Amino acid sequence: MPTSTQTTESGPTGPSSEPEAGQQMPSSKPDGRAPKAVVRPGDRIFSAATLIAGILILVILAGVALFLLAQSKDTIEAQLTDPSQITGGKGFFSYVWPLVIGTLISAAIALVVATPFALGIALFTTHMAPRKLAPVLGYVIDLLAAIPSVVYGLWGIALAGNLTGFYLWLSQWFGWIPIFAPAADGSVSQTGRTLLTASLVLSIMILPIITSLTREIFLQTPRLQEEAALALGATRWEMIRMAVLPFGKSGIVSATMLGLGRALGETMAVAMILSPGVLTASLVVSGNQTIASEIAQNFPEAAGLRLSELITVGLVLFVITLLVNMGARAIVARTSVKGS
Amino acid sequence: MTTADTVVSKPAKLTSKQLPKATPWVVAAASIIAAIVISFIAFGGFNIPVAAVLAGLINLIAVFVLSASYEGRRKAVDRVATTIVTSTFILACVPLVSLLWLTVSKGGAAISGDLLTRTMLGMKGVLDQQYVAGEATLAGGFYHAIVGTVLITVAACIISIPVGVLTAIYLVEYANKNRLGKAITFLVDVMTGIPSIVAGLFAFALFSTVANLIMPASAGIAKTGFTAAVALSVLMIPIVVRNTEEILRLVPMDLREASYALGVPKWKTIVKIVLPTSVSGILSGVTIAIARVIGETAPIMVTAGFAKTLNWNLFSGWMSTLPTFIYDSQLRPVSPGAAALASSERAWAAALVLVVLVMVLNLLARIIAKVLAPKAGR
Repeated sequence: MPTSTQTTESGPTGPSSEPEAGQQMPSSKPDGRAPKAVVRPGDRIFSAATLIAGILILVILAGVALFLLAQSKDTIEAQLTDPSQITGGKGFFSYVWPLVIGTLISAAIALVVATPFALGIALFTTHMAPRKLAPVLGYVIDLLAAIPSVVYGLWGIALAGNLTGFYLWLSQWFGWIPIFAPAADGSVSQTGRTLLTASLVLSIMILPIITSLTREIFLQTPRLQEEAALALGATRWEMIRMAVLPFGKSGIVSATMLGLGRALGETMAVAMILSPGVLTASLVVSGNQTIASEIAQNFPEAAGLRLSELITVGLVLFVITLLVNMGARAIVARTSVKGS
Repeated sequence: MTTADTVVSKPAKLTSKQLPKATPWVVAAASIIAAIVISFIAFGGFNIPVAAVLAGLINLIAVFVLSASYEGRRKAVDRVATTIVTSTFILACVPLVSLLWLTVSKGGAAISGDLLTRTMLGMKGVLDQQYVAGEATLAGGFYHAIVGTVLITVAACIISIPVGVLTAIYLVEYANKNRLGKAITFLVDVMTGIPSIVAGLFAFALFSTVANLIMPASAGIAKTGFTAAVALSVLMIPIVVRNTEEILRLVPMDLREASYALGVPKWKTIVKIVLPTSVSGILSGVTIAIARVIGETAPIMVTAGFAKTLNWNLFSGWMSTLPTFIYDSQLRPVSPGAAALASSERAWAAALVLVVLVMVLNLLARIIAKVLAPKAGR
């Protein structure tokens, strides 16, 4: 099948307007070279079009970084000449630092809450639920992914008020842990619109992503290993612990990291639920802010230097998520070579 | 027949002692009742979350003790693990049910044909105050947001479907795992991880840079529906590429080879053989991608602003979509204070429309995948 390996390099272009039949080059050419496939104009145009589309992806990604950088110019200038112009009056880094920390905290909480649940659900749908029901149950979890983030935000606002009692209880019993510490007068947020609420909603939003990725991994567990474990008398849980989980370890790690990338960049739920404030260790009083939410809440009214600042903050977020996602891919690549 | 009773004394037991099959259900029901009783006695009132946590704990302990005393420790651990894993699933359904229920009940109560056909043109706080006081019906509506959603999404599709599908074709048919192909695959992976708000900022930065070059000091004109469509494309292209690539790789090599053997050129093989074979998968992938981006809020609000009125022109002026309408109504009500309730009701009604839209699109993707799937040969 010579044509299937044909490339787009220039070959001897035959009389291309002729009908397709009879265009195969005769195999006995006088110069003795191997016959080359005919490259028709249609082929050239088509392969060029696909190539351009592919390159466009590279261009877009480079463009994201470049244009964000271009619009950050004002901020960088201000930072170099007169840092007091920047919001907060102490330069860009002291402005962005609390936002980065807030983003990392909220993503970390979301991850800590979501991962065990995701693993449980993935195990349930792959190994425990009745065979016939499993796809339906998987679809139910996929529904969570389909719901738009703004609706989660709306739901979170409606929910937040109900959590104040729980937060008060947390601060009374676990107030000695800094993250549950009440405010100086012993109170917690009256509206419940704290970083903890936002993170909990965030965890529900990243749950389906981690679940669907780990589910794929668990489904790939070698059937023979599972059956061998069961045949040796293992209970189902022992089988899962000995065959399924070790096999899926790297997959679980990368799924969690992809979930982390999602949680870092998720905007609306946090922007709607959180009533922002300065960075505080406690999660049950109002305060804290994330990068994405800072942009969303301030962008509509921003102009001039403020606009440029927010775009620069966006660039920071872009770099962070890029690093996390690349890390996740690297883990997948490394372990898939070693594991198999 | 008659000799049977002389041979059989007692059947050998092949299984160890096991609890009856219904045990987990009985224990679960019993622990729920116990939890309710305890919460009445100990806390002097019934509180669903407290009772639920209590019931879960009682259930776990009861299952373990019962099973350990009868079936042995290993079986007991297995049963506890099964219980925990099952309850993670049930717990995950709680927010889903709560969210859908809230959307349907709140949105369903507020929605009306008027909301779907009116815009926020001429909306005043007084109207909302009258509504909350019970003197008038709910004013305003989100027809403009529906129009904006459709226009921006269609524009995003026009940009991203050709780019996405062609890229996937390049990766599968032409790249042959060369360097560029690997780089594109990697960057598509990276692109799927771009936060949606960064995509929006990119589109805004792109258009305001261009606008500044053409007309200095006119950054405002960068906010249009088309800018939003570009932002959505950045999010949509990688999804389309990934889905299409996956489907194209499933097309059997035999089909391509049969076509080449007949002397059909490569491009025609792709257009006439490969694409028709995989059309159902491609279309359902595209529909999934649409369902994903149609609910995006952050990229729209930084690129298209918040319009109050109808705007059919993608290339000039602000536009509203359903998600930005929801955000705007909820966080910046027309009339603050008690009458903010009216804005909130409009937001929930729009949320209902949006959720129904997304669900329909997801369902459609499944139907397309089924109906248009190539008929199995033989």
